[in-house]
Amino acid sequence: MIEMLNVSKKYPNGITAVNDLSIRIEQGEFVYVVGPSGAGKSTFIKMIYREELPTKGTIKVGDFDLAKMKNKQVPFLRRHVGVVFQDFKLLPRLTVYENIAYAMEVVEKNPKAIKKRVLEVLDLVKLKHKVKMFPNELSGGEQQRIAIARAIANMPRVLICDEPTGNLDPETSWEIMRILEEIANSGTTIIMATHNSQIVNEVRHRVLAIENGRIVRDQQEGDYGYEA
Amino acid sequence: MAMKLRTMGRHIKEAFKSLVRNGWMSLAAVSAVAVTLLLVGSFIALLMNVNKLASDVENDVSVRVYIDLAATEEQQTQLGEELETLPEVETVVYSSREDELQQVVGTYGTEFDLFEGDDNPLHDVYIVNTNSPEQTSVVAEKAEDLEFVSQANYGGAEADKLFKTMESVRNVGGVVIIALLLTAVFLISNTIRITIFTRRTEIEIMKLVGATNWFIRWPFVIEGALIGLVGAIIPTAIISAVYVYGYDMISTYFVGTYFSLLPVNPFLYQLGAVLLAVGVVIGSIGSLLSIRKFLRV
Ligand SMILES: Nc1ncnc2c1ncn2[C@@H]1O[C@H](COP(=O)(O)OP(=O)(O)OP(=O)(O)O)[C@@H](O)[C@H]1O
Ligand SMILES: [Mg+2]
Repeated sequence: MIEMLNVSKKYPNGITAVNDLSIRIEQGEFVYVVGPSGAGKSTFIKMIYREELPTKGTIKVGDFDLAKMKNKQVPFLRRHVGVVFQDFKLLPRLTVYENIAYAMEVVEKNPKAIKKRVLEVLDLVKLKHKVKMFPNELSGGEQQRIAIARAIANMPRVLICDEPTGNLDPETSWEIMRILEEIANSGTTIIMATHNSQIVNEVRHRVLAIENGRIVRDQQEGDYGYEA
Repeated sequence: MAMKLRTMGRHIKEAFKSLVRNGWMSLAAVSAVAVTLLLVGSFIALLMNVNKLASDVENDVSVRVYIDLAATEEQQTQLGEELETLPEVETVVYSSREDELQQVVGTYGTEFDLFEGDDNPLHDVYIVNTNSPEQTSVVAEKAEDLEFVSQANYGGAEADKLFKTMESVRNVGGVVIIALLLTAVFLISNTIRITIFTRRTEIEIMKLVGATNWFIRWPFVIEGALIGLVGAIIPTAIISAVYVYGYDMISTYFVGTYFSLLPVNPFLYQLGAVLLAVGVVIGSIGSLLSIRKFLRV
């Protein structure tokens, strides 16, 4: 469960990216976040995994109270919230296997559990056969699938995706979408900021439209609503 | 910080990997630390020995009370007792004119042999040690007022000057050492900053997937400590070799005096331990300083 109450974010440069926003997202929901460029989608998303702190209001993610929690607690929130970006952020010197295992090693999982889980998530993203390759030997879509596999390796309850298909062609975007659907079906909350109208319109989920830092539309099974 | 052994192993491995990967830069940092600690170590060795010599001099400071040639044996004994009753006096040692001559001969050579027997121009002497070095002048003054004393001398003036000089050498030395150490910390932290910079994507990902700050820090701290440690081994070896050689050479000049340098054992072991510890500490501090800003959430 994610809950924001009267949340505002004013950056040090004076820009108010999120303005008095309140929202509640239940566990297991799939939510699209849409809106024009600069509307505050990324800022909204960054506040969920505490990359940014709100300047006003309260945010709750699971049992974590984000404004109140100590910096020392942040790592434990991050294990609860997986993140996927437009630019994959894979480590080029590590193989596919190592990239995913890395995320589990740094939270001190034991080697046996790591091996089992890495193969499991690789199976989910259908890339088991490329386990020994390096990121630069993979296509963009494949790299994004590895990034997703890494994000869910530690079994987060929430998966956040900021324009996961932003760099991908339509065909590949659909592959990514199928994987996200599968993850959502297993009970993980998914929050996905996107400009991809085709996906939003065809795979219907709850849509949050943000403009000027405010939610202007919150619609179950909503459409994209902007000119593509 | 209960840490799994496996995790510590991983940190150490990561630290070594990073050291090797940034080979040239690691080498530069190690050299910088080595040069710094060479200076620091030499300075410490020099300072400690000057200190030692000063305290040798200090202990050697005594008042020589020359006994009047006319004094009888009883009068001499009485004078000795009077000297001993002075509150500032610690010990009184009698040295006959024959003893005195022997010492002169020992120092200046056998030409003085001809003064032996009744031709001996020297006085019998009481060598008076005071409770503390500053009291020598007072004791000398008091002694001169006593009967059967022809003269009382003390090496005080020279000693006073030496103590003053020592103190300022010590202070300046302390400042120089601190400045050198800060330089070394700066150099190490710069090196680690660059290795951190080359690994910032890794750090970003570690933070995103929930690694704790200490988990992220450890490899860099170990890397810094290793740079400091290796950087300390080199000057420790150099200083040890030079000291052993210099000790033998200088000691020959001190034969037959109260003066001596600090003996190789335990001094070199202590100095080595200090340098290695300082290397590790400045290495760790250096890397902690540079990683601080990368860890802000
Ligand atoms: N770190 C920052 N410091 C200052 N201002 C920022 C920062 N990040 C974003 N902004 C500003 O906040 C506003 C919202 O930015 P945000 O990145 O949230 O938009 P967005 O909806 O994600 O846009 P896009 O669709 O282009 O990704 C913009 O005006 C942006 O310039
Ligand atoms: Mg954005």
